[in-house]
Amino acid sequence: MIRDITIGQYFAGNSVIHRLDPRVKIIATLLFIIELFIVDNFIGFAIAAVCLGTVIAVSKVPFSFIVRGLKPIIIILLFTFTLNMFMIDGRILWQWGFLRITAEGLRTAVFMAVRLILLIIGSSMLTLCTRPLSLTDGIERLLSPFKRIGVPAHEIAMMMTIALRFIPTLLEETDKIMKAQQARGADFETGNLIQRAKSLIPILVPLFVSAFRIAQELAMAMEARCYRGGENRTRMNEMKLKRRDYVAFALQALFLAVIIIESRIF
Amino acid sequence: MDNIITIENLIFEYTRGDESQPVRAIDNLNLEIERGSFTAIIGKNGSGKSTLAKNLNGLLLPTEGVIYVDGFDTRDDDSIWNVRQTAGMVFQNPDNQLVSAIVEDDVAFGPENLGIEPAEIRRRVDKALADVNMGQFKKKAPHLLSGGQKQRIAIAGVVAMKPKCIIFDEPTAMLDPKGRSEIMSIIDELHAEGITVILITHFMDEAVRADRVIIMHEGRILLDGAPQEVFEQEELIRSVNLDVPLMVEMGAKLRKAGIDVPKDIITEEKMVEFICQYE
Repeated sequence: MIRDITIGQYFAGNSVIHRLDPRVKIIATLLFIIELFIVDNFIGFAIAAVCLGTVIAVSKVPFSFIVRGLKPIIIILLFTFTLNMFMIDGRILWQWGFLRITAEGLRTAVFMAVRLILLIIGSSMLTLCTRPLSLTDGIERLLSPFKRIGVPAHEIAMMMTIALRFIPTLLEETDKIMKAQQARGADFETGNLIQRAKSLIPILVPLFVSAFRIAQELAMAMEARCYRGGENRTRMNEMKLKRRDYVAFALQALFLAVIIIESRIF
Repeated sequence: MDNIITIENLIFEYTRGDESQPVRAIDNLNLEIERGSFTAIIGKNGSGKSTLAKNLNGLLLPTEGVIYVDGFDTRDDDSIWNVRQTAGMVFQNPDNQLVSAIVEDDVAFGPENLGIEPAEIRRRVDKALADVNMGQFKKKAPHLLSGGQKQRIAIAGVVAMKPKCIIFDEPTAMLDPKGRSEIMSIIDELHAEGITVILITHFMDEAVRADRVIIMHEGRILLDGAPQEVFEQEELIRSVNLDVPLMVEMGAKLRKAGIDVPKDIITEEKMVEFICQYE
């Protein structure tokens, strides 16, 4: 089970979207989120949906794969939808006891749901089409101008890189410890919540111990390979904005303009 | 003789927990390693062999004595990075020495730390991965590879820093036989390319490949010489609870049985060759 975990939710591919500079993708995603909050009518959402749809089509990420990413938030989605639907006053469409659905409530509910769905899909496109490591690289470079005011850009990126690298290792370790405890009669499946939480202690303690041991060994290995922080460090993969990155930026700017104008008109 | 590593009167002590008496892991050791040689260091757990390895590239610093690596003193703060670049190190656990979740990024880690030009890093990474036959895995995630493959990546990561000497600290201890033989043949190849190899191991059969074998016991050098010479001292080796290579043991038994096997036969090939002359 541990062999096939995916880190983050990267969908391997080689489309234009995948090859875009991660910095461009991060900024574009942030802009897209802001734009969704500027939009105040369904026409705006339609435009956003078409643009997002184009991005998805170009990225060649299967739509079913993206929808799967929505699963964890379905409950939140339904919750806000119901809340909006029943709680807003206005012209009553349907009533049963104290429950009533108003036209305004229904509109807001659909409106918020659409906004949320676009928001999730839009931001998941970033993680779907960008390797986690490029993402950390991009974040490091976007943050590097702030180094002067004390933002530890390199350290943050290094931490994320190592965390990504060691998630599977620690999962394997957990698996090993659980099996070892089970072999000696530990029971993780039965009992009430408190009992189950208690049974996790024999896993967590050794896990922490081995995490510290791994950290120590890794630190030594990094030092042996001349690691001395971000100073004077070069990178194998240089980030240079290419033509496609400028095109993407131009498209995003155009989109922003359209959204702003649209929200003024309607 | 042109030595890449010179150790003079090395003493290394550490304190364990709250004990007041320091433990002496290495006790007044003198050693010279010739440039381009292949030295195997053997010893039991606690013989000081791993401590010695960590002293060789400045991860640990001598309590007393001096170590020169290619002329650089390991205690000198200004040259510590030169020391570490000259003497690369491969550790036992392949999992805990890989930094990045992408193979080629991990190999690039060392050269990046040295501040090398990106284009040159790219060349070195491709070359190093080809050297360890892992070129086709360069975009893979290390956790999907076997132990032997991970260890090959770790070796590539060191090779990409262009060290003159590589110290292998029990590189095969956690591997299966297949991974073990892969790593050993890579070590042979690196040695053939002119890199000085220091192999710390407790597998006798790996040590016979070296051109010099050092047996450590309680922080001191017990035996030092060419493999044939060292393994001739079968009784001394056994007296410190170490085994001798299988072929040495077999030779001894055959001699007892009245067959005159020359003492310099310590590898399987030579033994097969010798036995096959009896029709």
